[in-house]
Amino acid sequence: MTYAFDFSGFGLYAGMLVRGAAVTLGLTALSTVLGGLVGIGGASIAVAGPKWARWVVASYVELIRNTPFIVQLFFVFFGLPSLGIHIDEIQAAILAMTVNLGAYAIEIVRAGIDSISRGQVQAAQALGLHGRQVFRYVVLPQAIANVFPALLSQVLIVMLGSAVVSQISVPDLTYAANFIQSRNFRSFESYLIITATYLLMSIVLRQILNRFGRGLFAGRVARGNGSAPRNWRRRLVWRGARTVPTERSS
Amino acid sequence: MNQRPVAHSQTRRVFATLAAALAFTGAGVLCALPSAAHADALENIAKSGTVRIGVFEDYPPFGSIGPDMKPMGYDIDIANLIGKTLNAKVELVQVTGDNRMAYLADQKADMLLSVGQTPEREKVIDFSQPYAPYYLAVFGPKSLPVKSAADLAGKSISVARGTLEDLSVSKIAPPSANIKRFDDPNGAISAFLSGQVQLMVVGNDVGATILARHPANDPEQKFSLFSSPDHVGLNKNEPRLKQKVDETIAKARKDGTMNAISQKWLRAPLPAEL
Repeated sequence: MTYAFDFSGFGLYAGMLVRGAAVTLGLTALSTVLGGLVGIGGASIAVAGPKWARWVVASYVELIRNTPFIVQLFFVFFGLPSLGIHIDEIQAAILAMTVNLGAYAIEIVRAGIDSISRGQVQAAQALGLHGRQVFRYVVLPQAIANVFPALLSQVLIVMLGSAVVSQISVPDLTYAANFIQSRNFRSFESYLIITATYLLMSIVLRQILNRFGRGLFAGRVARGNGSAPRNWRRRLVWRGARTVPTERSS
Repeated sequence: MNQRPVAHSQTRRVFATLAAALAFTGAGVLCALPSAAHADALENIAKSGTVRIGVFEDYPPFGSIGPDMKPMGYDIDIANLIGKTLNAKVELVQVTGDNRMAYLADQKADMLLSVGQTPEREKVIDFSQPYAPYYLAVFGPKSLPVKSAADLAGKSISVARGTLEDLSVSKIAPPSANIKRFDDPNGAISAFLSGQVQLMVVGNDVGATILARHPANDPEQKFSLFSSPDHVGLNKNEPRLKQKVDETIAKARKDGTMNAISQKWLRAPLPAEL
C-alpha cells in the first residue's frame, strides 16, 4: 500500500518549525547547565556531606528516578499554582527538566567520584592540598572526565525527552508538528519532518559536546592500560585482597 | 358431445383469471395508498397516553443522572413541558449518539432532543424550532473585562487543539492574543482552572458544568463564537406532532419558562436569536 506524500504547503510553517527547534535547543541548553550544577552539587553532598543532607539528596534522587517525567511536568505546571507558585509554561518546563536531569546527573557524577582511587587523594594530600582543594582540583575534574560519555548521553536523553513539554503548550518542535497536522491533516509528513530534525540535532549535539569534552578534559585523566576504574582486580590487589590469578598476567 | 359449448368453461376460466387479477390489483392499490386509515404519531400518543422522548443520559447539563439516580437536565425539563402540552405521560428513552436516529426511525422513540441541524439530517428527519442554545464561548474570571474578540489582545487563551473551538478562536483573535493549544479539552480546562491562562474557549455545556463547581477564579461566560442550537428531531410526515412541539417551544419562550431553564442549567440567559 503506497502513501502519497504531500509536502506542499509546509512552506508557510517553516518559521514555526525553526522557532520550535530553537526552543527545544534553548530549553536543553539551559537545563543542561542548571542540571549539571545540581548534579555536581548533589553528588558532592552524597559523597561527603552530613548524614541528614545525604538523606535529602538520596530521597530526591529516588523520587525523580522512579516517577515519569511527564507526571513531574504536570505536577509543576498544573499543581504548583494551587500552592500559590505561579510560573508560566516555559519556566515550568525548565524547572521540570532541570530537576529531572539533576537527579540522574547526581548518580552519574557520584559514580565518577567513586571511581577515583584513593591513591589520587593521598597523593594530593601529600602535596599539601587540603580537603576541599583535593575535591575541586583533583577528584572532581577526573570524575567528570571519566563519566563524560554518560553525562553526554543523559543530556541527549533530556533533549529528546523535552518533546513532552509540548503537552503544556510550550512552543517547541513537537508542538509545532502537532499544530501543523491539526491544520493540514498531514500527520505522517509533519512527524517525519520533526523526526529528521530531532535526529539531526542529536547527532550534531553529540559531535559538538564530544569535541568540547575532549578539549576540556585533555590531559586530566590518568589514562593508560588498566587504569583503576577499568581493572577492578588490580584495585582489589591494592587493597590487599586475594584474587584468583587472571588470564591476563599484569 | 363436441357441441358442448367449449366457450362456457373457457369463459369461466377467463372470468376467474380476470377476477383474480382484479382482486390482486385492488389489494395492491389499497396497500400502496398512503394509509389515511393509519394513525399518526399524535394519535398514537393520545391513545396510549404516553410520549416516548429520546434523551442523552450522559451529557450534562442537557441530560444526566442525578444523585437520586433520576435523570435530570435541560432536556428533561423540556420533555416535561412537551408531555404537559400533549397531555401524556413522559417516558424518557435513553439514547446514544450512535443509535438515536435508528430509534426514531423504528418508532422506539416519538422524538429526540438535543439534535443539531445539519443538511444530511434534514434529508432524513424533521426539525422543530430551536429550543436550547449550543455554542462555543470564551470563559474568563469576572474580574477580567472581555466583551468581544478585540478584548482578546494580549491575553492568554487555552483551547483544545484542532477542535472547532480552536478554529473559531484562531480566526477572530487579534495577533497579540496568546493562544495556547492543548491535546484535549481537559488540558485546556486544567490550564484555565490552575490560573496558567486567563481565558478558555469551550462549549457552553462544558462551561456550565465548570461554573456549577464554583471554581476559585470565579469565571463567567464572556462572549460566544460559533452557534448550533438544539432542536427536537421528529420523523418526517408528522405535521401535527411537529406543530404541537413548536407550540410548546413558542409558549415557553414567550412566558419566560425557557429562559429560566437556561439560567438553571447553563447559568446564562437565553441568547437573543432564540
